[in-house]
Amino acid sequence: MPTVTMTVNGKAVTGEVEGRTLLVHFLRDKLHLTGTHVGCDTAQCGACTVHLNGKAIKSCNMLALQAEGAEITTIEGLAQNGTLHPMQEAFRDNHGLQCGFCTPGMVMAAVSLVKGKSNLSDDEIRHGLDGNICRCTGYHNIVKAVKAGAQAMGGK
Amino acid sequence: MHNFAFHRPTSVADAAKAIGAASDGKFVAGGQTLLPTLRQRLAEPSDMIDLSAIAELKGIKVEGDGITIGAATTHTEVANSADVKKTIPALAHLASLIGDHQVRQRGTIGGSIANNDPAADYPAAVLGLGATIRTNKREIKADDFFKGMFETDLAEGEIITAVHFPKPEKAGYEKFRQPASRFALVGVFVAKTGGGIRVAVTGAGPGVFRSKELEAALGGNFTADAAKGVKISANGLNGDLHGSPEYRASLVSTLAARATAAAS
Repeated sequence: MPTVTMTVNGKAVTGEVEGRTLLVHFLRDKLHLTGTHVGCDTAQCGACTVHLNGKAIKSCNMLALQAEGAEITTIEGLAQNGTLHPMQEAFRDNHGLQCGFCTPGMVMAAVSLVKGKSNLSDDEIRHGLDGNICRCTGYHNIVKAVKAGAQAMGGK
Repeated sequence: MHNFAFHRPTSVADAAKAIGAASDGKFVAGGQTLLPTLRQRLAEPSDMIDLSAIAELKGIKVEGDGITIGAATTHTEVANSADVKKTIPALAHLASLIGDHQVRQRGTIGGSIANNDPAADYPAAVLGLGATIRTNKREIKADDFFKGMFETDLAEGEIITAVHFPKPEKAGYEKFRQPASRFALVGVFVAKTGGGIRVAVTGAGPGVFRSKELEAALGGNFTADAAKGVKISANGLNGDLHGSPEYRASLVSTLAARATAAAS
């Protein structure tokens, strides 16, 4: 079986995978990083969003072998030394979730979306989160959370 | 998804060798269409040849009187490129409307046009601007490249390396999005070029096509009103639960008018 090597949440990892193994399955089944969710399995819902070299992508729509040599960040890698990332904190403060299933993907997409932009309009946030589906909240508090998170991140 | 052998060449020459050696190989670039296709078992390649580690396929450069985009350049890179925004703003705008944030960071221009989905955005820009598709074997004019639904002029194993877009005097793109798939229910690219007006329509028919009626109307008078007045025949246009052929026909002139008004 082929092997793949990448950096996940700052740690070098190597694993055996099949050609067809999706990145999301490598993360969940081999590395037990189950914060990254499989929602629709058709690359529509965004629950599987992780960062590939700092950019949000859908890990159900990429082969593990395509991530050879890449830096991957999952939801587990956002908090630093027990302190939540400002975007995670903003989701908590604004109650930007109900059941929580879509939340890891929402947070990862939001962090990528607001990079370099501390002031986004509601419209920009709503369009920017096109690739993430939530079936509980009606999105209002998610938009509030992303706005607050973007301000807290200060354009970083 | 059925299993396959995976290859990750670092040069176009090695990619061509790998597909030549495979019994039923497929190239994958961003994979934003191909991976869902494999998961539905609509394709079962013996070998997947990943083009994403080939540096020579990436990047955007101003070349002569236009812009050249490497085949493995992502939609986000095109949408955010200062060179594209300055030279052909309509092209950057089009790239910013494809799929969603995550899809745009993986999907590539080469993958989009090689796949030639009848509702994809990029074919409209390639045909509308009269671009040239460069491959590892030759150059192909946009007018000769798109052959109908999911069909192109590419030969087996031929690899798109770049697309060259000549700078138009003015161009615009407007799209009516199918909200679930984010593809174009209809998208219209209008361009005023040195060689005349070009209007390319995606989403409405079985493949991207030029509208002679709109080109004639805009040739005399490049205004939104001129486009709006053109009656498009519904004959041969797509009809499905999202819109009848008549609805799509109406969208073609409406979007052409909006694209003309927005053209810069």
